[in-house]
Amino acid sequence: MSESADSSAEPSAETATVEETAGSADEKKKIDILLKAVGDAPIMKTKKWSVERSRTVQALGLFIKKFLKLEPAEQLFIYVNQSFAPSPDQEVGTLFECFGSDGKLVLHYCKSQAWG
Amino acid sequence: MADDKDVLRDVWFGRIPTSFTLYQDEITEREADPYYLLLPRVSYLTLVTDKVKKHFQKVMKQEDMGEMWLEYEGTPLKWHYPIGLLFDLHASNTALPWNITVHFKNFPEKDLLHCTSNYVIEAHFMSCIKEADALKHKGQVINEMQKKDHKQLWMGLQNDKFDQFWAINRKLMEYSVEEGGFRYIPFRIYQTTSDRPFIQKLFRPVTAEGQTHTLGDLLKEMFSAAVTPDDGEKKYQVVIHGIEPVLETPLQWLSEHLSYPDNFLHISVIPMPTD
Repeated sequence: MSESADSSAEPSAETATVEETAGSADEKKKIDILLKAVGDAPIMKTKKWSVERSRTVQALGLFIKKFLKLEPAEQLFIYVNQSFAPSPDQEVGTLFECFGSDGKLVLHYCKSQAWG
Repeated sequence: MADDKDVLRDVWFGRIPTSFTLYQDEITEREADPYYLLLPRVSYLTLVTDKVKKHFQKVMKQEDMGEMWLEYEGTPLKWHYPIGLLFDLHASNTALPWNITVHFKNFPEKDLLHCTSNYVIEAHFMSCIKEADALKHKGQVINEMQKKDHKQLWMGLQNDKFDQFWAINRKLMEYSVEEGGFRYIPFRIYQTTSDRPFIQKLFRPVTAEGQTHTLGDLLKEMFSAAVTPDDGEKKYQVVIHGIEPVLETPLQWLSEHLSYPDNFLHISVIPMPTD
């Protein structure tokens, strides 16, 4: 008899659904990023990309390498604000929230370490 | 500026008694005893576990030893998170010592980053500091420092030298009195129940009207379920450096005193223990 009271409380489900319902689906899930080459890195023909917020820096790096047809062994560094390299498991959505401007996130990429 | 030096010391010298046990499927030539260490909360696993590796090297063949990685109750431990955060997030409310399992095979590529040398840790650590300063001072303080100051921050952490580290880090904790705090507070909120790595957004230490923001204000905005309603049951613990700070604590004070050396306030939100 007391079981019905328990089943009504589901604490962890709340937070996940709030985000889903807020705003129209595609608009909110994707962000615009602008990719700029530094140093000897090849320039990408398409600079502006729409990327899922939950995409990690690592996944983005792999995408750029593939796009530029770099060798798997070649290194690629990605920088925010021309100053720091976010950790590979960081989500681009988070970077956009904190360091985006004019509705987009500018990222610099290069083949060797550009900023300390 | 940070003036509560005792708090800074207590945070810096926090230790976690830990036992390291070799995973049962690893091939050894004779039985391996567990290894015990006091882990510094503010450091990184791969920076302080050389002795663990050497200990197990004695009973294993070189060819059976890949890159060492660590796991707690089935969860691979991310070396690029500070040790204290890993413990708070995954092992709060368990009996000490913290039982970590040691692996040399089957590196979990999906869960962990490789750590091939201390240089990788240094690069990660410095990037975090730069990111934090980008939030606090638009990166101006860290950019105006000399290379040797950057090195001193790292060497201070690596060699567990409190004074060496804080001689430089204090500059990163400065702010103008008119502004009442940093531009934004560098914080990250972690939870074990989410697939997302962490919550990180822009949040100011004071309101537009000049009112102090507290830890509770931050949580209400970022993760409201973590704050217990007045008439409700407590469902979550909010843990920083192994303690539950009162939610009325000003965020600016927390940022200056309870941030890790990477200058981020790492906040764990964990479900209340059920027993």
